[in-house]
Amino acid sequence: MGAVYRAQDLRFNVKKIVAVKEMINQATDEDMRRTIIENFEREANILATVNHPAIPTIYDYFTLGARSYLVMEFIQGVNLETKLHEAGGPLDEEMVIGWAIALCDVLDYLHTQDPEPIIFRDVKPANILINKKNQITLVDFGIAKTFQTGAKGTMIGTEGYSPPEQYRGEATPKVDIYALGATLHHLLSGQDPRTEPPFTWDERPIREANPKVSSAAEAIVNTALAYNPSDRFASAADMRKALIGVAQQTGMLTEELSIAQATQYLQDQSHSPHWTFKCEDEIRGSASYHNGVIFIGSYDHNMYALDSSSGEFIWKYPARGGVVSKPAVHESRLFFGSVDRYIHAISIRNGKRVWRQSTEGAIYSSPCVAEGHLFVGSDDEYLHVINIINGREAWRTNLGARVRSSPIVISDLIYIGSENGEIHCYDFSGNIKWRTSSKRAVTASPYFHNNVIYISSMDSVLYAIDAQSGWVIWRYRMENGSISTPTAHDNYIYVGSTDGKLYCINIKSSKKVWDFQTENQVNSSPVVYKGAVYFCNTDGLIFSLDAQTGRLRWKYETGGPITGNPIIVNDTVYIGSTDHKLYALPA
Amino acid sequence: MNISDLLQSIKNLFQPVPEKQAESRTSDPAPPQTAVTAELELDPAAADDTPPSHAQLHINVGYGLSTGKQRNHNEDAYFTLTTTFTYNENELPVGLYIIADGMGGHRNGEIASELAIRTVAEYVLKEIYSPLMSRDPKPSEYSFQEVFQLAIEEANHEIIQNSYGGGTTLTAVLIVGDQMTIAHVGDSRIYQIDEEGTLEALTRDHSLVKRLQELGQITSDEAAVHPQRNVLYRALGQGEPFEPELISSPRPSSGGLLVCSDGLWSIVPQKTLTEIIQAGLSTQQTCDRLIDAANLAGGPDNISAIYIEFSN
Repeated sequence: MGAVYRAQDLRFNVKKIVAVKEMINQATDEDMRRTIIENFEREANILATVNHPAIPTIYDYFTLGARSYLVMEFIQGVNLETKLHEAGGPLDEEMVIGWAIALCDVLDYLHTQDPEPIIFRDVKPANILINKKNQITLVDFGIAKTFQTGAKGTMIGTEGYSPPEQYRGEATPKVDIYALGATLHHLLSGQDPRTEPPFTWDERPIREANPKVSSAAEAIVNTALAYNPSDRFASAADMRKALIGVAQQTGMLTEELSIAQATQYLQDQSHSPHWTFKCEDEIRGSASYHNGVIFIGSYDHNMYALDSSSGEFIWKYPARGGVVSKPAVHESRLFFGSVDRYIHAISIRNGKRVWRQSTEGAIYSSPCVAEGHLFVGSDDEYLHVINIINGREAWRTNLGARVRSSPIVISDLIYIGSENGEIHCYDFSGNIKWRTSSKRAVTASPYFHNNVIYISSMDSVLYAIDAQSGWVIWRYRMENGSISTPTAHDNYIYVGSTDGKLYCINIKSSKKVWDFQTENQVNSSPVVYKGAVYFCNTDGLIFSLDAQTGRLRWKYETGGPITGNPIIVNDTVYIGSTDHKLYALPA
Repeated sequence: MNISDLLQSIKNLFQPVPEKQAESRTSDPAPPQTAVTAELELDPAAADDTPPSHAQLHINVGYGLSTGKQRNHNEDAYFTLTTTFTYNENELPVGLYIIADGMGGHRNGEIASELAIRTVAEYVLKEIYSPLMSRDPKPSEYSFQEVFQLAIEEANHEIIQNSYGGGTTLTAVLIVGDQMTIAHVGDSRIYQIDEEGTLEALTRDHSLVKRLQELGQITSDEAAVHPQRNVLYRALGQGEPFEPELISSPRPSSGGLLVCSDGLWSIVPQKTLTEIIQAGLSTQQTCDRLIDAANLAGGPDNISAIYIEFSN
């Protein structure tokens, strides 16, 4: 039938491991062969649009002769069939209910796709992977079944787990609900349905095989396994609701939680950091990543270099004051400012100082490197431009107030905000190109997208400004001031605010698409990564939301307020907290 | 004084805000770097993102209006303004294009559409164009979207005061440099035309029938003959509160825009529009052909069109 290969994508310089599924076209008739390939390609295209943490991402597909290939995300994990085999008997109810809720969540996602529901068609223990953090992934879509032809009696779906109507070729969401019921029956009873006569669930109650299972859980499985589709749960969402009810009854979920929160809660249980690293004082700034190394400054005066995969300490460099500035990496050097008033340039390799240059105020702004120069603001009210080779100042310009905003340089122009509420644009010679005023301090940094500068101000407004002329294209009013730097993705712009919200705004119409209310200020700048948006608040929480809908994916609580911005590299979120720790969390 | 200081002081003479000018820092232990400044100025290839295109943009515009073949007076109105000048050392194209399609008995429809055009054009010119032309040019205190919003509110008020029972659609596009902002109420349309001549509507019709169609309540065949196909759920002068649709996006760097009333788009199939545009005629000839096509198809309504082409 084919195989799954662990493969390396050679087009990338870094080591990128993918899974390649091979499917063999056994049809002899030319028309049939073509139909199979067309079906395969149609389904690959549908799958490519699916975006859910419990479904592997599809990267590519192709057909070579009689073999078709699907290139997808490589998932590390053990499938439930193996788990059952290892356990040698039924699995623990609490664990199974947790997975079942997550499975309902992903099935609900698939079944509510527009314009047509996506039916998985092959839910069974072998197709459910569990990773080390107890998160599930649904692998091997019914797509593979496109290639099963000819032989009498075979069908799409695996015998034993498939409902009666699937034998008639029907594929509706109820097919998946039934198959999930059959899977749960197998997990809880330890009886393999493939070795039993079909549709004999009534004769084999779960609690007869495994008296430890609650009657409530048994009832849910029985409902899912009803012979008539109309007697089963109406939707995966309904089944999830029922499962959460059981979880609450059994004390697995103690509080009265909404469905989304409960699903979330269960996922949170498994959301733990890969590693943490503790400094001697608060972390208020953001980390940078370069070649497997994370650089982070702390209020303990040090800049740390840590191994990104293990969190192991590599070196530290002592400044004379706290470091909030996010370091800039350029070639072999790291550049950052400190509250000690200096810009430091140090070697990436060993953390030894190359040069330092003084300003007349504490530096909270993060430097930006362009054209052999370093651009950074300081509390001395100046924008400083420094030669990166020798640390000498090329020029500086007074912005009229403290400069905590971090500059960006695009197409020979420098953009930066200042605490007197102004947003400035300079050319490389230090000539002002334009200046646009807001009504309160501009602590946030500008964000450039399609020739537009997006920047928020403490006057509660998010500005969209023409990068060439400085004219305001639109203004969006939040409920309170903001020091969060916006970010754009697709048609949306995301920004946090001290009103506790993360806003998602349509970039063209300046209308709010959704907002997400947290219980404290969102001073951190959001980051979009693989369809999710990540940000933090001063309650010490890190949030991950679905970027399209604003639905909570997960949240994680640290021990102190977070003021820095997350960075995400290789599916890992790196974030520092005022609890002195740097966290590396799975994205 | 070294060369870089000298250059700097010459530049400083032209600074609009002298008290905040750049300064060299002579007190610093490291002397200012002449070589550095030169290097910065000689190497403009810094672009790590899409560089803005400012190379000699040309905007060519054709426009036209026809009463059509079945009506005896004209309720459509239009406005075009195309200018280019230098601003901040860059070439700055500024354009404003508006179409309004009036409705209502007696002469109220034409009063409404003309009032809408005048009020919006005047407001936009006053808030955006005039400040640019002043001796000390500075941007409006309002954003582009806010200027359109306020202009349309004022136009709405004017129509209610001066054209009893009259109403109008209004579809306007403002181009300033690299940016384009659209304001839209009703069922006139703006299409963006790519280099291949393919049309894409940038606006959504605020028509009842169109909405029913979007909701899947009626088919496009039913829509074409629906008795209420001329009913708009958003229009100026109707006394109902409404929000104009405002859309900002980068200005197309090539291709074009077509602004037109439903006398064109609902009569001439899109395929024909595309063919006429692809014929490679001048913008005025293209516009004339578009209007001819609507008249050839019976010309049941007033027809107005503005065709804008961008080229470098």
